[in-house]
Amino acid sequence: MGKFRANLMLCAGTGCVASESPKVSAALSEEIKKRGLEEELKIVLTGCNGYCAEGPVMAVYPDEIFYQKVTVEDVPLLVEEHFIKGRPYQKLMFKEPEKKTAIPLMKDIPFFKHQVLRVLRNKGLIDPEKIEEYIARDGYQAAAKALTQMTPEEIVKVVKDSGVRGRGGAGFPTGMKWEFASKVKSDIKFMLCNGDEGDPGAFMDRSVMEADPHSVIEGMIIGARAIGAHHGFIYVRAEYPLAVKRLQLAIDQATEAGLLGKNILDTGFDFELKIYLGAGAFVCGEETALMRSIEGKRGMPRPRPPFPAVKGLWDKPSVLNNVETLAQIAPIILNGAEWYRSLGTEKSAGTKVFALTGAINNVGLVEVPMGIPLRTIIYDIGGGPKKGRKFKAVQLGGPSGGCIPESLLDIPVTYEDIVATGAIVGSGGMVVMDDNTCMVGTAKFFLEFTADESCGKCVPCRVGTKILLDILTDITEGKGQESDIETLQDLARDILASSLCGLGQTAPNPILTTIKYFRDEYESHILHKWCKAGVCRKLTTFWIDEKLCKACGACLRACPSKAIVGEKKVPHKIIQELCVQCRTCYDTCKFHSIKILPAKFEGDPHEFLEAAAAGEKKGEA
Amino acid sequence: MARLTIEDLKKIKEKHKADFTLRAGGYRAKVTVHMGTCGIAAGARNVMTALMDEITKANLSDVIVTTSGCAGLCAREPLATIEIMNQPPVKYCDLNEDKMREIFREHILGGTPVEKYALVVGSETTY
Repeated sequence: MGKFRANLMLCAGTGCVASESPKVSAALSEEIKKRGLEEELKIVLTGCNGYCAEGPVMAVYPDEIFYQKVTVEDVPLLVEEHFIKGRPYQKLMFKEPEKKTAIPLMKDIPFFKHQVLRVLRNKGLIDPEKIEEYIARDGYQAAAKALTQMTPEEIVKVVKDSGVRGRGGAGFPTGMKWEFASKVKSDIKFMLCNGDEGDPGAFMDRSVMEADPHSVIEGMIIGARAIGAHHGFIYVRAEYPLAVKRLQLAIDQATEAGLLGKNILDTGFDFELKIYLGAGAFVCGEETALMRSIEGKRGMPRPRPPFPAVKGLWDKPSVLNNVETLAQIAPIILNGAEWYRSLGTEKSAGTKVFALTGAINNVGLVEVPMGIPLRTIIYDIGGGPKKGRKFKAVQLGGPSGGCIPESLLDIPVTYEDIVATGAIVGSGGMVVMDDNTCMVGTAKFFLEFTADESCGKCVPCRVGTKILLDILTDITEGKGQESDIETLQDLARDILASSLCGLGQTAPNPILTTIKYFRDEYESHILHKWCKAGVCRKLTTFWIDEKLCKACGACLRACPSKAIVGEKKVPHKIIQELCVQCRTCYDTCKFHSIKILPAKFEGDPHEFLEAAAAGEKKGEA
Repeated sequence: MARLTIEDLKKIKEKHKADFTLRAGGYRAKVTVHMGTCGIAAGARNVMTALMDEITKANLSDVIVTTSGCAGLCAREPLATIEIMNQPPVKYCDLNEDKMREIFREHILGGTPVEKYALVVGSETTY
């Protein structure tokens, strides 16, 4: 076999597989064969590249050319242009929104430029299904070092000194967790990995498990050595089939290579690792519930203490670490605590992976040093809200987190600063919302989730989240009362204080933060029966401003209930009796001539909107 | 795969070095074969194949080969640019397979540009 002159790294993460990268892969290899280039070009199927919005994506090395939205039809021309004629294929290059110039090089694209890769060090660079590729990138060197040159105490010390904190959400110092467990005497201990990523909109852990499964396994070997465990489980939800497949393949390969199982690397250390499939209950991401689930029981939390480091899985000392936490252990062991601390802040060291989604241009997976401002992530990496839309809030930490408004976007992303806003860093879900979002509706969405996922063991969570949800539902349906805001806050605080586990202790956060930063929206829902974003159907009247209407007929054609009348040169009008508040006309109108008024509005809309705008201005001043 | 030792880990890393030099950078020399229509018609393909063959035979992992479009001097194709890190790039012209192999030995391996085939020294670098 000769040497390849180029590697074509085609993304085969879940996102790109969904946008048909397997078909592109087949077409590419066929075309390459047809052109007689199969000995020069190597196609490598990688895990998630991160830039999911533009998938399927492909990076070509050594040229570092980045292609996006590659289709089967593009393949013949792409191969001919780039690999035969040496002209990178412009059509599929990244173009900055609003600009037409193509940016060929991956490192020049803003989405990639601001990222620092530690957890995702191998993303898009290796084939996750081949252990040799992981080894070629210093894989298992850290495990070898930990097993041969370090005592368990030394491993704990390095991890502790690095300041790495649990990336699952709570941010507990990993080194301390390991230290507790290492000091407990027991014949059996367990090293566990939490891959039960459950926050809506979060996909950091899935991507790591898919793109670099061996990095998780290596982290677990090192952890097992540190605490003296010889058995381990990776708890991963069955809804992640690709992650499960690649993890199992990685475990099999590592076992065959003597990197798992008995006498690892001939050092006499044993560690057996298995996957345990979860059924996708949110509460099973909580550590005590997760352990009950592995025991084969119903996943329900129990009070702590005793902490799992003392009494965990089958009442044996256990350490549970998140996927992302484990994936950064190997480089810490190889490069040392100081290296890790060179990024981030004093109390929040290192980098954090975020799943950037929602109303933003660049949806995808990003890794940034902790301490950078939220604004950099959302505007420089994420490219800001979509064209013509205005940023409203960013939701951090999923159902346990909260919404942060525009005015706080300059705060640095650290555990402490984010908590001070009322949100949490959480596992890293970052959902951007624009002015089309109703904040009461957002709180309701998350409460629907937590009320549904509450395991039912403790009353504050089981009953409390349901009552919160009922009140929110009333507010969005026009049945809100003036006292509701206070009731919500009171009840929320009670639930925070009295719930058994993290689910209930954080479930009210979306409500508390939306009241804190968007109280006016609650008030306008309750007092004026007006959902200004036009999302809550029962609190919305759509109205065409005849002064702005160009009588183009677009809304008229789009309306599914034929509720709009008008003709050429005659401003259109909505017949309110027929309107079902579906928003179609509002989203269709290019001239912003459709306005949102309170429910069942009567009176002069012009006067009303002017007065409301004046009131808002006064409020701001 | 047989059971690995710590030595084996290093060997595997070494074995895959070439691929990762391509992907992660860190190469010592970069050869750009100009593959415009003119270059291809004049035999650039064979020149590149010869080069790849030499690199494979020498088992080098720190030299990368890439292609680019027409260099503008169509009369002197096939052209290739060789950039050794921290040295001025050298453009070679009127190449054929044998010349390429000679340049590979003298310039890429030996470090001395082959002046008789060189068109120009010190044009723009691309790394």
